[in-house]
Amino acid sequence: MTPEIGQFALTLALAVAIVQSILPIVGASTGRVLWMESAKTTAVLQVTLVAIAFGALMRSFVVSDFTVRNVVENSHSLKPMIFKVAGTWGSHEGSLVLWTFILVLFGAGVALLGRNIPVGLKARTLSVQAWISVGFLSFMLFTSNPFERVFPPPLDGTDLNPLLQDIGLAMHPPLLYFGYVGFSIVFSFAVAALIEGRVDPAWARWVRPWTLTAWISLTAGIALGSWWAYYELGWGGWWFWDPVENASFMPWLLGTALLHSAIVTEKRDTFKSWTILLAILTFSLSLLGTFIVRSGILTSVHAFAVDPARGVYILGLLGVTIVGSLTLYAWRAPQLGSGGVFRPISREAGLLLNNLLLATATATVLFGTLYPLFVEAVTDEKISVGPPYFNATFIPFMLPLVIIMGIGPFLSWKRADLPGIWQRLRLVFGIAIGVAGIVWYLQTDGPLLAVVSIGIAAWVFVATLREWALRIKLFDLPLSQSLRRARNLPRAAHGMTLAHLGVAMLVLGFVGSTAWKEERVLFAEPGTTVEIAGFEVIFDGVERLRGPNYIAQQGQLRVLKDGREITLLRPERRNYPVAGTSTTESAIRSTLRGDLYVTISEPATEKASGQWNLRILYEPLVNWIWIGATMLVLGGSLSLSDRRLRVGAPSPKSRSSALQPAE
Amino acid sequence: MMKKILLAMPALVAVVLGGFLFWGLNPDRDPNAIPSALVSEPVPDFELPPVESTQTPGLSAAALRSIGEPVLVNVFASWCVPCRAEHAVLTRLVEQDGVRLMGINYMDKPADAANWLEELGNPYERIGSDSEGRVGIEWGISGVPETFVIDANGIVVYRYVGPIVTPEAQDEIRAALAAAGGQS
Amino acid sequence: MKSWLYSLVLMLAATTAAWAVEPDELLDDPVLESRARELSKQLRCVVCQNQDIDSSNAGVARTMRTLLRERLIAGETNDEIIAFFVDRYGDFVLFRPRLKPATYLLWFGPAVLFAVGIGVVFVTIRCRSRAVLDGTADPLSPDEEREFEAIFHENEGRRDP
Repeated sequence: MTPEIGQFALTLALAVAIVQSILPIVGASTGRVLWMESAKTTAVLQVTLVAIAFGALMRSFVVSDFTVRNVVENSHSLKPMIFKVAGTWGSHEGSLVLWTFILVLFGAGVALLGRNIPVGLKARTLSVQAWISVGFLSFMLFTSNPFERVFPPPLDGTDLNPLLQDIGLAMHPPLLYFGYVGFSIVFSFAVAALIEGRVDPAWARWVRPWTLTAWISLTAGIALGSWWAYYELGWGGWWFWDPVENASFMPWLLGTALLHSAIVTEKRDTFKSWTILLAILTFSLSLLGTFIVRSGILTSVHAFAVDPARGVYILGLLGVTIVGSLTLYAWRAPQLGSGGVFRPISREAGLLLNNLLLATATATVLFGTLYPLFVEAVTDEKISVGPPYFNATFIPFMLPLVIIMGIGPFLSWKRADLPGIWQRLRLVFGIAIGVAGIVWYLQTDGPLLAVVSIGIAAWVFVATLREWALRIKLFDLPLSQSLRRARNLPRAAHGMTLAHLGVAMLVLGFVGSTAWKEERVLFAEPGTTVEIAGFEVIFDGVERLRGPNYIAQQGQLRVLKDGREITLLRPERRNYPVAGTSTTESAIRSTLRGDLYVTISEPATEKASGQWNLRILYEPLVNWIWIGATMLVLGGSLSLSDRRLRVGAPSPKSRSSALQPAE
Repeated sequence: MMKKILLAMPALVAVVLGGFLFWGLNPDRDPNAIPSALVSEPVPDFELPPVESTQTPGLSAAALRSIGEPVLVNVFASWCVPCRAEHAVLTRLVEQDGVRLMGINYMDKPADAANWLEELGNPYERIGSDSEGRVGIEWGISGVPETFVIDANGIVVYRYVGPIVTPEAQDEIRAALAAAGGQS
Repeated sequence: MKSWLYSLVLMLAATTAAWAVEPDELLDDPVLESRARELSKQLRCVVCQNQDIDSSNAGVARTMRTLLRERLIAGETNDEIIAFFVDRYGDFVLFRPRLKPATYLLWFGPAVLFAVGIGVVFVTIRCRSRAVLDGTADPLSPDEEREFEAIFHENEGRRDP
């Protein structure tokens, strides 16, 4: 019965979405208030109905209802409960329900929380959002019904992929979707603004919290996925430039650009048509990602099961949404008008350069991801584009971006005073050079680029701190007064500082774990000692263990530093008999200086019988990647909690806000 | 005017991109398939010993070139499940169509391969044992089974990836053999 | 579709207990070994979904790694070794596409795009400031004028002694 309720709820949701896609927008153009306000009811109704469907599907997973095909294919009665729950969004169909749920959730969010948004803009925005949900609900009902029954029901489910039974991976899709589906509402705001033919600072301010919310979750989702790959896959790598990873990374890059350009629209009433374009493109890239993951058009390690009919439907959806909105853009953008003037050296210009670099970097990733397809279509030849390409082309755009990130916050609007800024950054520049020099002296074997990058990280870090100190007049005023100034500073300003410091940490982690990584790969018998990065690792042997649904071989390794035992590492090789697969469970000793990372497996050759294949890695500074990502998330959240941006709070109409530097 | 063109660019780019994506959805296209670099090249140089404890002689490039008529080279392994299904088809091609069939036993333990041939029968005229998979790389194979058609001059004229089981696949092989015979 | 399923079956079959590069494959010479690692990160495993041969546990990848190291010991250059694999598998095997007419757009596209972007930005900024000089754009309002001055003076005031 439950699955039927779910299916019925989805069908009803489609009907409601159709109503919402017509009534409010027609009401807005004919001035019927009641029609416009119907959006609130329909948006809430939609989210309730899709929530019912989502709940129904989850229940089928929790009780292991094997009359539902989706449960049969993606669950097993032996799975731990949490992974049964996570199985709800583990398949193509189930994840689509989650996708749609987040889509309507953002719609309802604007309907309920966006009290200060003018009724016309709100009505149009919600109608546009409903167009998207009509597309996805119909896609689900016509091609990917999650509630399809199977008869006769099998005794048990078929999927127990142990690699995916991990809490990091279970939480990864919801966060990721919350991020990139969240950009849908920003898209809807942009299309509504185009229809109205008006974009002003108020518009940018209304949209900002939604952009931030989406961006924060996307950041967290990507970081979580990367962390999972790091500890679970056993190579110690955290980014592989796989098409599916790129699919989530592209909206993040462009979303970051959007976040910055919207500030200029908000503070200076300029970059209007550019901000609108970014809003449209960011969500378009989210849609493209959905298409890449579900169409099987590219080779990837983690694509869903593939069905060309679905591919055609999503592509149609993509075509209507993206080409439609961009055509509207080409037609209406000239009416948005251009804003104020600024000098080539000004905060506007700085943010423009930031946007240009981010947009080009996005284009590079997009290009590299799709290029094999282009070549195949034109010349019928197959080529591959992999990490060496992305590293070679992406990094040259990122380093300048990080450099200007240090200067940007010092620039004033319209026209900045370069000599004055140099005065204030001289010392910072000296410190950065000094740090790079010390690193170069200590590490003679790494590539030069690594040393330069560390210098750049130091530059951003110190420059950001300096800017923050100047704002609160630290050292110029008594400490108590400075602290008071810090308290009075808008939270968004602290948010920016924290996020920019986070970027410095990210660079530190990227460089450390790539350039100075150490690795030992060896066959070991019990008693073997390995030296790595100043540690002595003693292999004591292997024990057989029995887990709930697996058999494991657990290695025992003692780690010594300066002759003293500091920790015991127990990597495992797990064999899951029901699923017929094995996984590698790494053991990691994490410190801020670096991770000692051990995996164990059986040797492939018979010559090494009685021995074990040990892989010991030392990844310097790798944890700073996740610390940096956390700081980005916290910085974003701090900015989101700013009183001036708080959803529903009345917007203060003070002139002074225009004087405050961007956050 | 310039500005109008500039503003229309995103839509144009999206349309072009969409065209490529639509092309990519073609269900006959397999994103994982790798085209062979070997087709219309001579047979690569190699020499493989026979599979231990079988009577079938080994295989080498010289042997392939000296046959003087079109021949089928099939790469197989006892651990490869689809090979089992293909085996019956290959046997029929040899017995009914008089096709000359050579084998490369890829990354297999000789004892397993010998058992496999014992159990299913041996349609191969010669079998080279490529237990380390090196010759497989020379042939540019991306998995097993794979089948090549060699013409009378020792030139690779056709490659089939995957098991030859469907009637269409068999027709393709026959056609390729016929074409190879016609040229010589 | 069928071929897709088939390749999946194949992959599972070819998977052994090995995990990426194995100890017995490593070379004693650290310089050669580091070249080997670098090269094997540029070569794509031909039976995997999207992996280099360095991290792949497929049998073919292991054989490719072994062949690569034998060629290094024999004194071949990186280019010669890459050419060896390209001769057998085509450009598909390269994760770093070679520079040739079909890849010009891939390699130069981003830089060209950036240059065009800079150009457009430059022209836009100049047009706007000229529009202001011509008086065709809105001049600064008195409020904005004051704000402008305020920023300017604030900067000067902030200048370090």
